[in-house]
Amino acid sequence: MAIAVAGPEIERLIQLLARLPGLGPRSARRAALHLIKKREALMAPLSAALQVAIEKIQVCKVCGNIDTQDPCTVCTDPRRDPSIIVVVADVADLWALERASATNGQYHVLGATLSPLDGVGPQDLTIDALVARAHDPKVTEIILALNATVDGQTTAHYITDLLQEAGVKVTRLAHGVPVGGELDYLDEGTLSAAMRQRTLF
Amino acid sequence: MEWTDEGIILGVRRHGESSAIVELLTRGHGRHLGLVRGGAGSKLRPLLQPGNSVSAVWRARLDEHLGYYLLEGTRMRAATVLASSHAVYGVTHLASLARLLPERDPHEDIYEMLERTLNDFDDVGDAATHLIRFELAMLAELGFGLDLSSCAATGTTSELIYVSPKSGGAVSRAAGEPWRDKLLRLPPFLREDNGGHNGWSDQDLQDGFDLTGRFLLRNVLEPRGQGHSDARDGFINAVTKHLARVAIL
Repeated sequence: MAIAVAGPEIERLIQLLARLPGLGPRSARRAALHLIKKREALMAPLSAALQVAIEKIQVCKVCGNIDTQDPCTVCTDPRRDPSIIVVVADVADLWALERASATNGQYHVLGATLSPLDGVGPQDLTIDALVARAHDPKVTEIILALNATVDGQTTAHYITDLLQEAGVKVTRLAHGVPVGGELDYLDEGTLSAAMRQRTLF
Repeated sequence: MEWTDEGIILGVRRHGESSAIVELLTRGHGRHLGLVRGGAGSKLRPLLQPGNSVSAVWRARLDEHLGYYLLEGTRMRAATVLASSHAVYGVTHLASLARLLPERDPHEDIYEMLERTLNDFDDVGDAATHLIRFELAMLAELGFGLDLSSCAATGTTSELIYVSPKSGGAVSRAAGEPWRDKLLRLPPFLREDNGGHNGWSDQDLQDGFDLTGRFLLRNVLEPRGQGHSDARDGFINAVTKHLARVAIL
């Protein structure tokens, strides 16, 4: 059994930090030590920021995004194009698209993708809310920005079927050669998909 | 313990931050799970998609352990199926059917049939007949095979156009006529006396899905507290829509 080198409060801090993604027990110990060394400059503001986040974080009732206000900043931004809804599986995907400034539309977060193996069915996703939003006369296009995986595309086809009656244009992201990708290293499936979806140069 | 085999990926579940538990249907070792280190990473993600064929090396200290897989892609089908709804629903449904098999129990015939089905999935109608045949084969493999070789009432082997919903036995035209409304229809492409005729109509496909769907639900799924997968409904819907579009054109 490992001997504790610090008091229970510090051990508890290390245990909690070790639960964060990307951190194991060793790196959690290093992070804890770093926080302790910079108690005033880093630990106290971090603690305060966490407390504020706990109190203020909400899930947007319109799109499912995470923010400190409901409706979220994206939904209330008047510069956003209300005729386009970009459907993503997770908040992380929304943030990725925002980092890239890839679209000026509004979003809809499904929460996951359909996965029979993990027992995720249509009732576990916010598909009903999406269909209701699609019936808004202002909405003209739904962009399915879902993962290029079998689960992601099964979800995309399922949603497309449900949106047929809404009378909106349903599009999806292109599949093909990534920027910096060398053809020699790509799998044959991606290559053939890229070849099928080639565009005029 | 170590073995090498060929397999088809049925499903992948993330394990921890970087690994994944991969479920394969292998030729010689049946449905078998194993851990793939780095399986959640972007490098292996294209390979670890349902429907892809792989060459697998499985290693474990003891036979009953989960063990580790080293996988190399041999036929990457997933990217080609993503664009068409019937294919993506079909792959998901086939994987959920194969998941009904007991773990680590070889089913070489089912493996070969699954591979053939996945290889011939481009044409919607052919995909549908393959999928119906696969469902029929799964029923047989799970101990609920239908006897389509002779009439359950008269023993005759010709003009078998019905199936009894009770016994799962074929019924000839003459014997089944008085109960035609209560009997299921046996589509020509499933008849053993069809002389190699593989043609089908929209009604034949519907009859095939009704036939296998009925027995799968009653004998296999309901006793396990399950119903037909959403993917099966999605596949049938996609096939129906495609055939309707073709008919209009």
